Amino acid sequence: MAQKPMKKPAKAETSTTGHSWDGIEELNNPLPRWWLYTFYACIVWAVIYSVFYPAWPGIKAATPGLLGFSTRALVVEEIAAVDAKLAPINNKLASVELAAIADDAELQGYAISAGAAVFRANCSQCHGSGAAGAKGYPNLLDNDWLWGGDIEAIHYTVTHGIRNANSDEARVSQMPAFGRDELLERPQIEAVVNYVMSLSGAAQDATRVEEGAVVFAENCASCHGEAAEGNRDLGAPALADAIWLYGGDYATLMDTVINARGGVMPAQSETYRSAQGLSEYEIRAVATYVHSLGGGE
Amino acid sequence: MSDSTPEAPPSLYSAREPIFPRRVNGKFRNLKWVIMIVTLGIYYVTPWIRWDRGPSLPDQAVLIDLGGRRFFFFMIEIWPHEFYFIAGLLVMAGLGLFLFTSALGRVWCGYACPQTVWTDLFILVERWVEGDRNARIRLHRQGWDLEKARKRAVKWVAWFLIGLATGGAWVFYFTDAPTLMRDLVTGQAHPVAYTTMLILTMTTFVFGGFAREQICIYACPWPRIQAAMLDEDSLVVGYREWRGEPRGKAHKGPMAEDAPAQGDCIDCMACVNVCPMGIDIRNGQQLECITCALCIDACDDVMAKIGKPRGLIDYMALTDEVRERAGQPPKPVWQHVFRARTILYTALWSLVGIGLVVALFLRSDFDISVAPVRNPTFVTLKDGSIRNTYDLRIRNKHGEDREFRVAVTGTDGLLVTLERSETDVVTVPADELLIQRVYLTAPNGTPAAIAERSEIRMWVEDVAGQERAYKDTLFNGKGE
Repeated sequence: MAQKPMKKPAKAETSTTGHSWDGIEELNNPLPRWWLYTFYACIVWAVIYSVFYPAWPGIKAATPGLLGFSTRALVVEEIAAVDAKLAPINNKLASVELAAIADDAELQGYAISAGAAVFRANCSQCHGSGAAGAKGYPNLLDNDWLWGGDIEAIHYTVTHGIRNANSDEARVSQMPAFGRDELLERPQIEAVVNYVMSLSGAAQDATRVEEGAVVFAENCASCHGEAAEGNRDLGAPALADAIWLYGGDYATLMDTVINARGGVMPAQSETYRSAQGLSEYEIRAVATYVHSLGGGE
Repeated sequence: MSDSTPEAPPSLYSAREPIFPRRVNGKFRNLKWVIMIVTLGIYYVTPWIRWDRGPSLPDQAVLIDLGGRRFFFFMIEIWPHEFYFIAGLLVMAGLGLFLFTSALGRVWCGYACPQTVWTDLFILVERWVEGDRNARIRLHRQGWDLEKARKRAVKWVAWFLIGLATGGAWVFYFTDAPTLMRDLVTGQAHPVAYTTMLILTMTTFVFGGFAREQICIYACPWPRIQAAMLDEDSLVVGYREWRGEPRGKAHKGPMAEDAPAQGDCIDCMACVNVCPMGIDIRNGQQLECITCALCIDACDDVMAKIGKPRGLIDYMALTDEVRERAGQPPKPVWQHVFRARTILYTALWSLVGIGLVVALFLRSDFDISVAPVRNPTFVTLKDGSIRNTYDLRIRNKHGEDREFRVAVTGTDGLLVTLERSETDVVTVPADELLIQRVYLTAPNGTPAAIAERSEIRMWVEDVAGQERAYKDTLFNGKGE
C-alpha cells in the first residue's frame, strides 16, 4: 500500500551554505528553535552556576564559588554531627569504672558495636578480622591469655602495648635465647623440648623427658612456673595446655628455645601515638569488644 | 503550519468526545449502587477498625507497617520472610480474575474496578450539581457565566474532597490512622504522607473527573489482556439484532398493512445515552464496552413502556446468538458458567487458597535460623576442647515476651553456652527478633572435637508452651 510521505520540505527552495564539493551542496538547515534556545539557556545557566558553585579548575583547587559549597565540608559537618550525637555516651564510656560497663546493658552493647569497628580498623591487621590471630599473634577468642584476660588487663594491654618503645609502661619481658647465647648445650635444649612436649602428651623421645625436666626446673620454671602453668606478670605462656602461639611441633619449639620469642604490640593510646592513637573511649570500647569474644574472664 | 497544506498527513491525535451519561434505573443499576457502597465503604472505613493485640503491638486491624516491617490483618501478622502469603494472595487474585472473566466476562471492569466505581461516584456528584444529561450538555455548550462557574466550582470542590478522602484513606493503611489524622490536620505529619495524599488526590480527581473512559480504553492493559480470557461461552452484553432490526420509530396503534416489517428496536437511543463509555452497543462487541449493563437497564425500561418483552439488550454468550437465530432457546446461565475452563480455574484458585490457609494455621508463632560464625571456623581452648560459635536468630511472633531453651542433638558431649547468660534459656521480647550468640564446646577427645565436621541439630523450645523448632547445621572439629 502506497503511503503518503509523512512530511515534505516546508519550502521548496531550501537555502544552501554555499559550500560545494563535486557538485554536492550543503543545505542550510538551521537548528530547531526550541533546541537553539535550550542551548542558549544552558550557556546562561552554566555561567550563573560557575559563579555560585565550585567550577573553574585552578593550580591547587577549583574556584570556590560564592555559595562556598563543598562536599568535603558537608562530610566534615556530618561527621561532627554524629560525633556530637554520640558525645554523651562516649563520655560516659570513658568515665565509668571499667568493671561497671558490663552492668549497663545499653552501654555494653554500644561499647561492643563501637569496639568492633575500632578493632577492624586498628587490630585486625595482626589479630585477624575474626580475632582468631595467626602464628605469633594471639588468638583473642580462646580462654588463654598471656597478660591476663579480664577487662582491666585487656584495657592495660591495649593502652600501653607490649615490648614497644612508645610507652614507658608497656608490658615488658624477655625470654633468653638459650641456644644462640649459648646458655644451654644443644642436648639440653633437645631434652627440655621433649619435656615440654610431654606436658601436653606429645613427647618425641620419651627417654629424654626426665633429663629435660631437670633442665626445665633450672632454667625455665622461674618464668613459666614449676608446672609450666605460665606467669601472666611476665607474659610467659602456659606450656602445658593445648594452645601454642608459635606452634607446638618439635622443630618450632627447638627454634623457640634456641632463639627466644618476644612479640611486639604498639601502644594504642593517643597519649603515646598522638593522632594515630585511640582515645580513651575507643580503648574501652575495643577492650569491651575483645572481652566479649568468648574468652573474657 | 504544515496543517494548512493539502499534503498534510491526517493527525493521529483524536480529541476526546465528551460523554454525558443519562441517569438510569433498574436492577443492574441498583446492584452497582450496592457494590459501590460496599467497596468504597470497605476502602474508607477499614483503616479505622481497631484490633487489640496487646500493649506492644499496634491496635489497627489492617496495617502495613513498612517501618516495622510487619503486615497486620486482624488476627494475622505477616513478617517479611513470610511474604509468600502475599504472593499467594496475588496468585489467587490473578486466578480469580481469570475465573470471573471466563465465566462472566468483564464483570470486574463493569462493577468492581476502582476506576469504574470512582467514575460512577463522580458522575453522581456531577448529576447532583449540574443536572441530568440534557442539562449537562446545555451547560457544556453555553459560554462561561456566573451560573456555569458556580456549578463547575461546586462540582470540582466536591470531586477534590472525594479525592482527598481517597488519598487520605490510602495513607491511613500505612500508619496508625487516628494519630496520622491528628498530625495531618495540625500540619505535623511527615511530608511523605502529604505528598502521597496529594498525588492520590490529584490522580483520583483527574481519572474520575476528566479521564474516565480514556483510562479504560488507552491506559489500562487489562481490557487487552482479557481478550485471551473471554471465549464464546463468556457472558457479555449484547444486542439481539435479529429481534431488534430493522429498527424504526415507535407507532401508536396497529401497524398499517403495507408498512415494512419492523423489529423491536425503536431507535430511542436510550442505550447510547446512558453509556459511560460513549458507545452504541447495537454495533456489537467493542473493546470499549466494560459490560456495566446500564444499557440493559435502559432498554428494559423502554421495552416495558412499549409493551415488549425485556432483554433486547441483555447479557448473553456468543453461542446463544447462533441458537437464538435458529429459533432455539438460549442455554441456561449455569451451563455457561459451569464449564471445564471455569471449573479448572476454580480448582486452581481453591487449591492455592487452601494451601495458604493450611500454611497459615501450621506456621509456628516463633521461628529460628542458625548462622555458624566462620571466621574462624573453630577455636581451640586451653584444655584442648573445640569451640564453635553460632548466631541464633529467634523471631518471637507473639504479643508477649517468651523464654526459649536452646539444646543440641546429633553428636554426644556438646556443651551449650549462651553469650552473656548463665543458663541455656534466653528471653525474647514480644514481637521481636533476637540474635543470640551460642557457643558449642566439644570437650577434648570427643568425636565432635576430633572429626573434621559433624552434623548437628540445634533445637529451640518454648519453655512455657510445648512448641519446638530446629535447624540443622555443622560443627567443625580439628579434623586430625
